[in-house]
Amino acid sequence: MYGIYIINRAGGLIYQYDHNMSRVEVEKTFSYPLELVLKIFDEKVVVDFGQRDGIKVGHTVLAINGIAAVGRQLEDGRDIQELIETEENYPIAIKFGRPKLTTNEKIMLAGMFHSLFAIASQLSPEAKSSGIQVIETDTFKLHCSQTLTGWFLCVYTFVNINNSIKFMVIADPKHGSQDALLKRLYEIYADYALKNPFYSIDMPIRCELFDTSLQECVEQAERMSYGGV
Amino acid sequence: MTIFNLYIFDRNGTCLYYREWNRTRQSGLAKEEEFKLMYGMLFSLKSFITRMSPTDQKEGLLNLRTNQYKLHFYETATGLKFVMNTDINEAASAPNVTALLHEIYQSIYVEFVVKNRLCALDKPIESEIFHRKLDDYIRGLPMFATKTSS
Repeated sequence: MYGIYIINRAGGLIYQYDHNMSRVEVEKTFSYPLELVLKIFDEKVVVDFGQRDGIKVGHTVLAINGIAAVGRQLEDGRDIQELIETEENYPIAIKFGRPKLTTNEKIMLAGMFHSLFAIASQLSPEAKSSGIQVIETDTFKLHCSQTLTGWFLCVYTFVNINNSIKFMVIADPKHGSQDALLKRLYEIYADYALKNPFYSIDMPIRCELFDTSLQECVEQAERMSYGGV
Repeated sequence: MTIFNLYIFDRNGTCLYYREWNRTRQSGLAKEEEFKLMYGMLFSLKSFITRMSPTDQKEGLLNLRTNQYKLHFYETATGLKFVMNTDINEAASAPNVTALLHEIYQSIYVEFVVKNRLCALDKPIESEIFHRKLDDYIRGLPMFATKTSS
């Protein structure tokens, strides 16, 4: 499992938990001139052209010579593009990887999901359709359940690409357990967030008991699904 | 399993072809507006998925399910998008719909649209033979007939 998002009825992200996020990172030493074409996108330095050695278009610069990148600059304040264009700095070790989602991006994605959810039910070819329940892609599967009061719970899990057909067959019992997991998460929310007198509704959940029991529940679910397959 | 409808979009978002078979509910929008909404949803969904994905993706979106229908998505290397809505009762014997969309692309779209001199590739498809071949193909599928009346 990769993570959990809890979205309130207005589309705001109120809780997010990352679990087992595997990171794709490639470090490589380059000599002048750099074969890759980089561009600035979204305040990040992104590979625009020249996919090679596991470095893909869309990967961002994470670090140069071991110094982490923050936006368009390194941690020590030097500008990444200037650094790469100057010949004296070579050979240079650049670490590329998939950009990690920032909190702002997560909030934006949560809002985006909220509207996709509504559009999916509007475009339904059959009457009385709910919003999105499952999104399946080649790298992950996202399960979403909407509670009676309009809240959303999303869990997204990994799909093993190599045996995806097998997965589809076994998926039914497993899918059942995802629903059970979502239900269990809602119970945890009701018990540890709603019943907490210091928690105000529709606001981000900052509550230690909630965190720990959610983590426990996720780990337990993971053990169960591994045991089941 | 039942097939509700099929949309074909080109890379610019123009709806090249739309056809419905067992659709029971209309979206309440003009067809043009519905195509725009559908394309817009897929476009945002694709960007949503590439950002959410923990690892690099190849094909990206495969399908999406609600409690009433399942949307299957297939995109060719040229950006042509095939979208088919079916119901959610999947029999174990039912073929993979994404593979089916690939089949439609390969043996119907390429054969009767790409190889047809009278069809402009960026205009809605008006070819009678494409229409007939596709209709025969869809109606001939074993999963087309098994309509679950609910």
